Amino acid sequence: MNINKHRVSALMAIIALLTGPAALASGSDNPLLLMVSFDEFEWRDTADGDALAWRGEAWLGKDRDKALLKTRGEMTDDATEEFELQALYARAISAWWDLQVGWRGDFQPVERRNWAAIGVEGLAPGFIETELTAFVGESGRTSARIRGAYEMLLTNRLVLEPELEFNWFGKDDPANGIGSGVSNLEAGLRLQYIFRRELVPYVGLSWEKAFGDTRRLIEAEGGDASDLQLVAGLRFWF
Amino acid sequence: MTFYKPKSGQDVFTAGRPISRRTFVTGAAAGGLLLASGLPARTAAARGSVQAEALRGNSFDLGIGYREVNFTGKPRQATVVNGGLPGPVLRWKQGETVTLRVTNSLARDSSIHWHGIILPANMDGVPGFSFPGIRPGETFTYRFPVTQSGTYWYHSHSGFQEQTGLYGALIIDPIEPEPFSYDRDYVVVLSDWSDTKPERIFSNLKKLGHYYNFKQRTFGDFARQVPDQGWGNTIQDRAMWWQMRMSDRDISDVTGYTYTFLTNGMTPDDNWTGLFKRGEKVRLRFINAAAMTIFDVRIPGLKMTVVAADGQNVEPVSIEEFRIGVAETYDVIVEPEAGAYTIFSQAIDRSGYARGTLAEQPGMTAEVPQFDPAVILGHADMGMAMDHDMGGMDHSGMNHGEPNKPAVDHSAHGGMPMSADMPAGRAALGRAGMGSNAPIVHPETEQGFQVNMQAQSPRDQLTNPGIGLAGNGRRVLTYADLRNLNNTPDPREPEREIQLHLTGNMSRYIWSMDGIRFSDAEPLPLKLNERIRITLVNDTMMNHPIHLHGMWSDLETGDPDHIPRKHTILVQPGSKISYLVTPDMPGDWAYHCHLLYHMMGMFRRVRVSED
Repeated sequence: MNINKHRVSALMAIIALLTGPAALASGSDNPLLLMVSFDEFEWRDTADGDALAWRGEAWLGKDRDKALLKTRGEMTDDATEEFELQALYARAISAWWDLQVGWRGDFQPVERRNWAAIGVEGLAPGFIETELTAFVGESGRTSARIRGAYEMLLTNRLVLEPELEFNWFGKDDPANGIGSGVSNLEAGLRLQYIFRRELVPYVGLSWEKAFGDTRRLIEAEGGDASDLQLVAGLRFWF
Repeated sequence: MTFYKPKSGQDVFTAGRPISRRTFVTGAAAGGLLLASGLPARTAAARGSVQAEALRGNSFDLGIGYREVNFTGKPRQATVVNGGLPGPVLRWKQGETVTLRVTNSLARDSSIHWHGIILPANMDGVPGFSFPGIRPGETFTYRFPVTQSGTYWYHSHSGFQEQTGLYGALIIDPIEPEPFSYDRDYVVVLSDWSDTKPERIFSNLKKLGHYYNFKQRTFGDFARQVPDQGWGNTIQDRAMWWQMRMSDRDISDVTGYTYTFLTNGMTPDDNWTGLFKRGEKVRLRFINAAAMTIFDVRIPGLKMTVVAADGQNVEPVSIEEFRIGVAETYDVIVEPEAGAYTIFSQAIDRSGYARGTLAEQPGMTAEVPQFDPAVILGHADMGMAMDHDMGGMDHSGMNHGEPNKPAVDHSAHGGMPMSADMPAGRAALGRAGMGSNAPIVHPETEQGFQVNMQAQSPRDQLTNPGIGLAGNGRRVLTYADLRNLNNTPDPREPEREIQLHLTGNMSRYIWSMDGIRFSDAEPLPLKLNERIRITLVNDTMMNHPIHLHGMWSDLETGDPDHIPRKHTILVQPGSKISYLVTPDMPGDWAYHCHLLYHMMGMFRRVRVSED
């Protein structure tokens, strides 16, 4: 217990050091920085009851090269519905785009899947925040994901953010309820209030829809292939 | 220690009592500027003033230390000289040799750089440039002859100490009588204060480039533009910004969201006040000592006659407003008649203002004007061709189909006859004072993640007072107005020209020259006593005040016989500007953008040597 406490406080000290002013003691224009950010950390009113969902990342690095962790998931009272982790190396390759390569692990819903990941993330023309990633897994599995989001400034404090994500799989994965082809879309619309840059509470809607074989698998299990959810949460970073 | 007796009539400085670095001036007792000239001391004892007392002479003991300040209701630690924010006004005499013993009581290295002063390289005060910096507890003695006169300033060149208060005014009285007369003499130091530590400001900008910008374009602006201009024009206008992924409201990186703007170390509420009597001529020595803020300065009800720029006398020009880039200085003379006048210095992005007052009696105030409308960038500010509209409304001739076409601007200088004795190779350079004829060539090093814009057709903006100022109904100073009061000091034609590009990526918050940040750059070699033209091309959408240490920047404003000398050149967004340099002091010199959070990257080491 004591050791854990020490570990936690040592970790906190490292985080404080890397995110804070001390990181810049060298006076460099290219300091080593740590950023932890959660674009979504929210309550969802799902068809299966209340859920906690998150999508966040942490990076450690400099202007060009960063070590990047990404996580997303959803938990209900009973179970972890979805939990995904990515460990990536990110490198700035152009003014607006980063190349990201590394590993993705799906720990839920049922059977763990490992993937190699390669993708780009950045700002597309029109100020669309864009993520495009291809994944290659064991046993010849393939997958791809495209995600876009746009921050519409209603005022300089009130922001409406639509987002859209598609997932595609090359092979059926019945154990995890996935059929080949475009498996699902997730569309979100969140109304955010910038309390501070680092602290942005929001409310919104999230709509998930399954397609094709994925949809048939879900419906065969008695689930809903489409679910419109009310969400409320906090975007934060440090 | 030697002091000069105040000259009658034109001096409001205290006859400099030496201040030990241990006897720091405390809060309300400061304000040395107002103590003399027979004014009651209480006028200076304004709430909030923490300015140190003025010092005069040729031998000084200065102490760098911490002090607590409170500009916002929250106590914060500042880094200061002799306990003051600003530090003491130092008054030197042209032709003397000054000795300054600077003791550092901070917990980290410090330094003082004498901004705009021509001196040997090892006295310039830039750590790593023939000068090691001043370690904690140590004293460094600066000693150098003072060859120039005018209004200058000093500041730390270590870390972010400038942001936290380490600056002050420097005045050098001329040997010859001034070519203009005045009855009173006030220093007006403009600056920006944040309760947030500068290291945090920098990391916030690195993580989110628009962290401090709460004047971004909104959906409402779009909704208003459509009925104004129609869908077609609106979409056409927006399409380029969408394509470029740039913001037309990207004016200042750090804003009034975190800054409190100060006049002589006093907030707008505390209202620094300079007194006058009817009929007097008042000289105001404006110094922009801010870390990041460019100010637009006016005094409603008064015309200002600009008599000096960056310490050097210019042909007097009567104006109503001027823009002052970070580190620039302007001396103006005003003739207030009665009552009170507000010295209104609004930040370029209109997110706040510094305020002072000229008054007949202590306590008198004048109305504080409203902000001017928010500044919006146009296509020209991206260096796009043929957009002659400053407000960004007329985009008829926009040229964005030919991104790599080099643009040569012959509009201003094409027809200039070359002098007959000019060697053929030099003729192409264009005449000294008239600026560059060279084609704009973007170096390959600009390619990469660190640069997100290139000005394809950068324009000469000498006659433009700057973004947001043109056409505001007031007579605003432009660089074209600046003409040396005397003949061009070095009338030689340039022997060669170098073109440097000011580059950056606002979104990643990376700044550089030619796409190369300081840490990766080779020194820029200059030959001793050559006459060289430097042309700066601004490949960003921000104004950058570029400061060359150790030698003058002779700004080519269009009159070869009266080229004005400056130490800091404000380069407008998407523009180009040229100046001539005579490197007459050997050694390594700093050359950089004076915006504090751009500086570390947008920086070059200039190496002046015999061969």
